[in-house]
Amino acid sequence: MDNHYQLLIIGAGPAGLAAATTASRLGVSCALLDEQPEPGGQIYRSIESVSGQRAQTLGSEYLRGKQLAKAFRDCDAAYFPETQVWSLNNQRQVGILHKEESKIITADQILVASGAMERPVPFPGWTLPGVMQAGAGQILFKSAGMIPDDGVVLAGSGPLLLLLAWQYMHAGVEIKAILDVTPLSNHLLALPKLPKALLAHQYLSKGLAYQKELRRAGVKTKIGVSSLQANGEEYLESVSYNHFSRQQTIETDVLLTHFGVIPHIWLTQSAGCHHIWDKHQQCWRPQHDEWGKTSIDGILVAGDGAGINGARSAEHAGRLAGLQAVYALRVITRQERDEQAVNDRKWMLDDRHIRPFLEAYFAIPDEILATPDNHTIICRCEEVTAGEIRNAVKNGHGDSNQVKFLTRCGMGPCQGRQCANAVAHIVADAGGAPVSDQSHFRGRPPVTPLTLAQLASLSEADTQ
Amino acid sequence: MFKQFSDSTTNTIEVVLNGQAIQVTQGISVAAMILAQGLRFNRTTPVSNSKYAPFCMMGVCYDCLMVIDGKPNQRACSIRVKQGMKIDTQQGVGPALRTSVGG
Repeated sequence: MDNHYQLLIIGAGPAGLAAATTASRLGVSCALLDEQPEPGGQIYRSIESVSGQRAQTLGSEYLRGKQLAKAFRDCDAAYFPETQVWSLNNQRQVGILHKEESKIITADQILVASGAMERPVPFPGWTLPGVMQAGAGQILFKSAGMIPDDGVVLAGSGPLLLLLAWQYMHAGVEIKAILDVTPLSNHLLALPKLPKALLAHQYLSKGLAYQKELRRAGVKTKIGVSSLQANGEEYLESVSYNHFSRQQTIETDVLLTHFGVIPHIWLTQSAGCHHIWDKHQQCWRPQHDEWGKTSIDGILVAGDGAGINGARSAEHAGRLAGLQAVYALRVITRQERDEQAVNDRKWMLDDRHIRPFLEAYFAIPDEILATPDNHTIICRCEEVTAGEIRNAVKNGHGDSNQVKFLTRCGMGPCQGRQCANAVAHIVADAGGAPVSDQSHFRGRPPVTPLTLAQLASLSEADTQ
Repeated sequence: MFKQFSDSTTNTIEVVLNGQAIQVTQGISVAAMILAQGLRFNRTTPVSNSKYAPFCMMGVCYDCLMVIDGKPNQRACSIRVKQGMKIDTQQGVGPALRTSVGG
């Protein structure tokens, strides 16, 4: 690994792969860093090693990752898998951990393609072993070929829930129920966005086809579900919920939940990039222009880490950011950048026609985002409850970061990744101010926990 | 809880889970391996001594911390099983919790 690259890309999902391929083909010295052992990100996880049968069960959208990974393997970009990035600053210095050794490398242009994570939404019992995020179920299937063996309950809201149900059905998993918490009022609110969504009708028809297949297979989908709760002494034993004013319980040892995805912003946050609250996507995201340029010169973002737009869009955004980086390095002219960007810009806009509809249809209501149950643990690491957070607000600490200092929520090993949004929603709920006025936990390096030994392995040259 | 899909590789390696040598599928993460083994938790929490199991499987939740080859606080979902690897349930912030498989 060199100490300096013209372009450094963080994340080997669709955006990172497309950007690296684009930039290195234009002759730029480029390195791609990623935590996983294989390219593909979470969406195309294990795409190079997956068996044909498993790939088929995962569907055609997943298979698209093969072309992306192949094009990347054929290009000259340096690739460093199993590498953690623990800091990024506005001087474009990047702290990494590779093979147990820390190193600081620099670059003229940096593209953060950190992707998305599941939106963590606390509900009673969500810390019980056996409750996992839907993405976790999918990762287990993609990367380890593992599926629930004694049935599964899927609960929450969002397209991934439907996709996972469809994939599980084809893998022969017993789906005990799909508990859809999407409020029925969302259907009406999303209606005005439908005409535009029809321009990206492939998504709608796929969703409808999945629903039809699941119905035909006898999978029970309960709509308008509320008061979701996981029960069990030490481990998950059952799931209870309210369905049209009737309390129901299903026995299960696996519950997979999904409440949409949010950008993974810990690196851009700690670098000091300006972030905004996106009310449609119900999350913070780095502010950026159409080329992915953030508020910090030389730091770009693309893909779901820049705002949730899905895998196809991420690929286009990755190419656009790659071209922008090459242009900023003065390897191509502005005109060349613009000319080469024409197709991706068009396809990206076409692909995004579906988004306003999806955002409105799957908007998570405030009463789910800020659980009214004060006994529910919000910070999984430090085990801080919603009640403790509400008390802190009542005692005059009306800001997420103040609540953090007072209660320790967000100070555990995940550094607030699992509770930042929920804390903001609860502080907003308790303080009466909108969540858009709340502050996100301040991110500070190292953004992933490092041991002192790992930090001490920074060579002298790096620390001078 | 979880089983292997029919297409999965049958190549196995030996690891030592909580002091017991077992054969496990090659190439999968430590977190996937413990779920396949039916181990219902990988650590107890430092605050309330509650049992935690893998939650996100993508390296962001840190619920799956375990003691791997003597080093505590390793994310089991982000480390692949290796021949001879010693994997232990973690108690609170550090030392291994000796327990039987499935316990």
